[in-house]
Amino acid sequence: MKINKEQIEKHGLKLEEYNKIKELLGREANLLELGIFSAMWNEHCSYKSSKIHLKKLPTKNNIVIQGPGENAGVIDIGDDDAIIFKIESHNHPSFIEPYQGAATGVGGILRDVFTMGARPIALMNSIHFGSPTNKNTQNLLNGVVSGIGGYGNSVGIPTVGGETKFNSTYNENILVNAMAVGHANKNKIFYSKAKGINKPVVYVGSKTGRDGIHGATMASAEFDENSEEKKPTVQVGDPFTEKLLLEACLELMRENSIISIQDMGAAGLTSSSIEMASKGKLGIELDLNKVPCRENNMSPYEMMLSESQERMLIILDEKKEKKAKKIFDKWDLDFVVIGKTTDTNRLVLNFDDKIVADIPIPALADKAPQYDRKWNKPKIKKNNLKKYDLKKIKIEDALIKILSSPDHSNKSWITDQYDQVVMCDTIQKSGGDAAVVRIHNKNKAISISVDSSANYCSSDPKSGGKQIVCENWRNLISVGSKPLAITNCLNFGNPEKPDVMGEFVECINGMKEACEFLNFPVVSGNVSFYNETNSKSIFPTPVIGGIGLFDNLNKIINMKTKKVGNLIIIVGKTLGHLGQSSFMREIYSSNEGAPPEINLTNEKNNGHSILNLINLNLISSCHDVSSGGILISLAEMSMASMLGLKILKPKKFTDLNEYFFAEDQGRYLIEIEIDNLKKVESILKKSNIFYEVVAEVQNDIFELSKTFSIKTQELYKNNNQWFKKFNAIN
Amino acid sequence: MKSSVIVFPGSNCDRDVAVALEKLQFKNSMIWHKENVLPKSDLIVVPGGFSYGDYLRSGAIAAKSNILNEVIKAGERGSLILGICNGFQILIECGLLKGALLRNSGLKFISKNIFIKIQSNKNKFFNKYKKNEILELNIAHNEGNFFTDKKHLNELEDNDLIPIKYCDKEGNINQKTNPNGSINNIAGIFNKNKNILGMMPHPERMVDKTCSNEDGLPLFLSLMN
Repeated sequence: MKINKEQIEKHGLKLEEYNKIKELLGREANLLELGIFSAMWNEHCSYKSSKIHLKKLPTKNNIVIQGPGENAGVIDIGDDDAIIFKIESHNHPSFIEPYQGAATGVGGILRDVFTMGARPIALMNSIHFGSPTNKNTQNLLNGVVSGIGGYGNSVGIPTVGGETKFNSTYNENILVNAMAVGHANKNKIFYSKAKGINKPVVYVGSKTGRDGIHGATMASAEFDENSEEKKPTVQVGDPFTEKLLLEACLELMRENSIISIQDMGAAGLTSSSIEMASKGKLGIELDLNKVPCRENNMSPYEMMLSESQERMLIILDEKKEKKAKKIFDKWDLDFVVIGKTTDTNRLVLNFDDKIVADIPIPALADKAPQYDRKWNKPKIKKNNLKKYDLKKIKIEDALIKILSSPDHSNKSWITDQYDQVVMCDTIQKSGGDAAVVRIHNKNKAISISVDSSANYCSSDPKSGGKQIVCENWRNLISVGSKPLAITNCLNFGNPEKPDVMGEFVECINGMKEACEFLNFPVVSGNVSFYNETNSKSIFPTPVIGGIGLFDNLNKIINMKTKKVGNLIIIVGKTLGHLGQSSFMREIYSSNEGAPPEINLTNEKNNGHSILNLINLNLISSCHDVSSGGILISLAEMSMASMLGLKILKPKKFTDLNEYFFAEDQGRYLIEIEIDNLKKVESILKKSNIFYEVVAEVQNDIFELSKTFSIKTQELYKNNNQWFKKFNAIN
Repeated sequence: MKSSVIVFPGSNCDRDVAVALEKLQFKNSMIWHKENVLPKSDLIVVPGGFSYGDYLRSGAIAAKSNILNEVIKAGERGSLILGICNGFQILIECGLLKGALLRNSGLKFISKNIFIKIQSNKNKFFNKYKKNEILELNIAHNEGNFFTDKKHLNELEDNDLIPIKYCDKEGNINQKTNPNGSINNIAGIFNKNKNILGMMPHPERMVDKTCSNEDGLPLFLSLMN
């Protein structure tokens, strides 16, 4: 049977790509082989549009053990401890079926981390929804949040934080990015590279069903009004089996029997077997009659392309097979030898005593197409805010309006659905600048923060790319940790459009600059293209997940103000930049202007000085100044402790709104004891850092001298009502 | 003191409770659900989690596991048994405790710190607390809404078999301070002989100042008394 044009299109391949397949095979492909090529060559698995640009990002330094290219990134945190982490998108499935889409997103990222030998210790997420007034938003929000919670709670990994944002740009294409963080012994890390010939290839975990067939291809296509029909391509998650698989794998990993191991994620059995063989420059032969199936009469095509969850492929030392099987029997999981490694460099699939596919492995992996797509330099929005008469806006009205907006509202409606403390090592839950999780049984901890700023990136992708790395870095510093490395999830529109590709290229350029300057390497990540519906693309939304380290539990701080009479100092200069700010969005519904500029030298200098002050025990609490500016950050510190603040008017600024809501970068608010003021001042002066005293901690009342006075309780009330009202059962 | 923590497939608070017990020098063993023999122990803990994925009904499958037969026998002999969260659900499913744990009234999984008030300290589990003492503990459950018939409820109330009730920081026990809809704000109950306790809040999550508070410690200390 000859492959026709319609079949090629259905598999998301271009005609010229199929011609290349024919050339590589030296013949026509059969339908199964076409399916396998399409699974490996789609954007999601092959990174064909992004690879040449991703190479620009810094991925190495003295603490990086494993950078991009494995299941997850690995960094060294001293004393033989390693942290393994990654963030990944599950956007398209979550829009079609929010509960299962989000749940399996969590499941997939957890497997990426424990496949490498780590016990997962924390989950984070970044979720973006359409406008609250969009008819789908409430349902999607509820589904995604229950899905994230339903999976993580059941496996028993704490979900310790994240971010939730709303913007009409996501009306028809929400973003669900999940991050997992695990801890391992740095001498016991497992990789996917196969080694040795005639080694047993073992299938473990759940049985293979007909769910998720062509999931990765679906994730590499745009949406239209018929997307609802794609529901069968969404996988169904089973956190119970995941928990068993996690424990069984970790138990097996205590023995020296695994040669290589790979999770069956996107494109299931196909991509896992090919990746292992390709990395080891080996061949692999599978007997598909042995694949454990959930349904009757499954075809080789269905088995190879199913994305059923909670499955792994392991290449074992043949002498350890019996012992390994015993462990999986204990956990009631399937354990079946389905093939072996070969020296042929080919993927050979047998079914009913016939060879049903025979493909040279390099054709599927190294020879997958790579594109240097055409891209246009983005037009950067210029600041044009003079037409707004800021004087007309009462500062206290703006404060309340921003605090009660969906993006700034307290997220406890969401986080109360996540078990944040199971495993009993969570030191700081969500709601702070970064989550803090202790390394079990040790006097050290890590911090984790997940950040994005699509508004900044959409008005100036390069500056936005820089900014988001810096904001993440700042959040890790604000809790007292030393920032180490990041993972990124790059959510963009259709890369075949030069404007979208331009946003992508410039965001990467910005990130590269910031990561290099801050010695903050990217060790893992994921690219999600085709986030558009009916040709309308989302804002470019790179999401950064960063890890920081505390080598001592006494250095952890939070944003809760501590003592009446203490002073709050703003560190870093305020210039009054309002373009792309929360203030402009919430008060004027304006999306105008350029984002605030990033000065990397100041960023680094300010951050290092804050860490220095924390190490000298001179800071009682700390909060970075980000979206919403100084006044919102002050309000957040106040609400965290329920103490009040007496805020001072700035000396130089005539317009209070400009001063208090500006989103200039590189700034922190720190609380200090009055007796330490001189010491703190001299340290900041020595480092040439701009600072000024901005408030004093007092009881109950949040006030700006001669301007407004509000009870902190009242701020709290306004900050805590939006989600409850939005989700009230009528 | 010897303790045994029962481990089901899907248990996920087993390590946490073992850490708490070992902190207090319990000699603890982890007992796999397929076992037919329970080592001699002064305390048996049925921990939280999602045993068997909560499939069929929370705790229903675990209640039929091998080891549960031994737990039931031990309970009837008077051994001390503590069921936390999913463990409470299992103790109800296997009949060691009466009543039912329904879905939370808000129809959502709830995980947060709540307050409970000690109603009675004349028992093996709470003797290190004062009567009316208020504790801050963590809950994390989808089915924690305790319900029972009037006769059983009266029996519980009249015989001091409700040691803890949900309240607020000030100790007010009412509808507003009830996180999950439990009848009479019940957070935990005893069997008739007070040797078996089921509770939804997690005391093992509150034994370490670095991460939380130490409001859960006296419970484990009480058991050593």
